[in-house]
Amino acid sequence: MTGNNFEDQLKDELIPDAGPIAGPPGDSSDMSVVTSEKLALVDSEAARAALADVPWEPGAKKPDPILVADNVVRRFGGLTAVDAEHVEVQRGVITALIGPNGAGKTTFFNLLTNFDTPDEGTRVFDGHNIDNVPAHKIANYGMVRTFQLTKALSKMTVIENMKLGATGQKGETLWRSVLPFMWKSQEKEIEARADALLERFKLSHMRDEFAGTMSGGQRKLLEMARALMVEPTMVMLDEPMAGVNPALTQSLLGHVTGLRDAGMTVLFVEHDMDMVQEISDWVIVMAEGRIIAEGPPATIGQNQAVVDAYLGSHHDSALDLDVEL
Amino acid sequence: MDWGSIIESLFRGLIGESFIVFALAAIGLNLHFGYTGLLNFGQAVFMAAGAYGLAMMVATIGPAANRNFGWDLSESTLFWAGIFVGVIVFPVIFAFVMGIPTLRLRADYLAIVTIAVAEIFRIVVRSPQPGIKKWTNSSDGLTGFSGTFYDMSPFGTQDRYLFNLFTGNQMFLVIVGWVVLAFAAAVCWLLIRSPWGRVLKAIREDEDAARSLGKNAYSYKMQALILGGIFGAVGGMIRAIGFSVAQPDNFITDVTFFVWVALILGGAGKVLAPIVGASLLYGLLNFSDTFLREGVSADVIPDSIMTGTQVGQVRFMLMGLGLALLAAFRPQGIFGNKEEMALDDR
Ligand SMILES: Nc1ncnc2c1ncn2[C@@H]1O[C@H](COP(=O)(O)OP(=O)(O)OP(=O)(O)O)[C@@H](O)[C@H]1O
Ligand SMILES: [Mg+2]
Repeated sequence: MTGNNFEDQLKDELIPDAGPIAGPPGDSSDMSVVTSEKLALVDSEAARAALADVPWEPGAKKPDPILVADNVVRRFGGLTAVDAEHVEVQRGVITALIGPNGAGKTTFFNLLTNFDTPDEGTRVFDGHNIDNVPAHKIANYGMVRTFQLTKALSKMTVIENMKLGATGQKGETLWRSVLPFMWKSQEKEIEARADALLERFKLSHMRDEFAGTMSGGQRKLLEMARALMVEPTMVMLDEPMAGVNPALTQSLLGHVTGLRDAGMTVLFVEHDMDMVQEISDWVIVMAEGRIIAEGPPATIGQNQAVVDAYLGSHHDSALDLDVEL
Repeated sequence: MDWGSIIESLFRGLIGESFIVFALAAIGLNLHFGYTGLLNFGQAVFMAAGAYGLAMMVATIGPAANRNFGWDLSESTLFWAGIFVGVIVFPVIFAFVMGIPTLRLRADYLAIVTIAVAEIFRIVVRSPQPGIKKWTNSSDGLTGFSGTFYDMSPFGTQDRYLFNLFTGNQMFLVIVGWVVLAFAAAVCWLLIRSPWGRVLKAIREDEDAARSLGKNAYSYKMQALILGGIFGAVGGMIRAIGFSVAQPDNFITDVTFFVWVALILGGAGKVLAPIVGASLLYGLLNFSDTFLREGVSADVIPDSIMTGTQVGQVRFMLMGLGLALLAAFRPQGIFGNKEEMALDDR
């Protein structure tokens, strides 16, 4: 069965949330926080349903991977921080990357986005081999990331932060920059798009404030909104919910599922298993640099390797992730 | 005390040649440090690049080319070629030498390399080695390159202009300098308001964030380094034309730090800061110098406190004191914004 046939079939037959792997309770299909301005990049319902046939094992092949990493190794002196044999990320779904502290999640993120160079291995994003592509070009391929330590550009206003995110800006070329008529109209469009996103992320009231005056949670929101200015096909979020209050967390979760429903692929790192259960369609577990398990969120707690990784190897009961993590 | 000459001296500082030279160099440094966050401690070498680019083209390289290739380039042709070499070619070379090895690294590496390049250049230029001396004339420096410039002056060489502040030649230089300065400030203003300037600021704030959004930080830093260097070179060229000599010791490390003082005084990251900073700096330096000298010679200040020969040192002590007070009470400079500055600490 090819991915395409399957998707076509699904479009005709499936009602939302009736995929073989049931979405989490209170599934996000009714989350209309983020509505796509463009045509959906992929049919996310179909993409999620396609995960049904994927075996629950590390390195599992996906029907339509957007990102593939092979034998990616990163050593820091004697420490092997990442040693990922094979990882595929399904297009159009939310994949959670979890693992204990120091498992190598952030390092792996850096390797996937070329903010760090692996000692070995190859990475392919959306058909492009990105092994020798500088980090800044990756954004132009449609992959954008956020950082575990939020990078709000403090001494720029919120709207400036947002406008920075747009790619292909004419006025970013030196010689055109001194000729405002060359880029003014594009700038207007960008500003309109930025304002619309700020509205959606409930940040409009901060528009002309310095980003440095924002709270931690607001910065997380800003960073995510700014990433969306790139118009990415894949968003990589490193602990987007860390340090965010529960009320704001709900809205962030809504934004994340909204991204998927708009057809984007999301890969995110998160420690809070509640959230992983709530929004992810697939979970990849890392421990000590290796991929030790993969599967739908509901199954991960029963996985012995995961239990061992989190609790040590002589723990024989299933992991109650809500309680233990 | 001759208040007339004190006031004259004050105004020569506020609007004269040194003000123009240092304002231009500080505009360049503002682009480096104020907007892009590049720590350039070698702005003097960009100024020297402008001075020597012009001086060498007219005084040594040009004549040598004429001799060796049988060309017949006139002095004024060489002068315009020298402006191109001094404003574009030399600064670009220096920016590449400094930037290629360091701009991918942490900010401090550039700082070290800029100091080193500036000192290496100055020491090489003042070398008495015959092979080098024939191009740069060692510590005596090069002369005879400013004739074409002053030939264009409409002002009488014997007269004084603008309330006796300037001779004819000075007046011409200062007017050209003002025009150039206004142009440079306008260009800087346009750059900073553009999406290009926005990328610079983003790089200053967080280079990785800029890269994650698809901006080629390395390329932008190089562009900023070159452009800021060009502004510095224009300043250095005006300095050389004003002195009618390009001398290595006019571009010592102190010069770099004067540029920094002008910028910090005005407030880094503000378009008008370099101009107002340089004007105040030289206004105050000139004022204190003449004021103290007049005071000493009129015996208002007794010799037991200071003699005429000590005035030079004392005014720098005063400048140091002033800077210490500035750092304590207005660290953001004249135009800076205290709230904005405090954002660093969060
Ligand atoms: N630049 C570095 N130099 C040396 N060691 C590093 C470096 N970066 C990461 N490490 C090490 O690599 C391992 C993985 O770190 P990483 O930050 O990827 O973990 P993580 O899974 O993101 O953890 P957390 O959940 O706490 O964010 C850790 O043992 C860390 O000490
Ligand atoms: Mg991490």
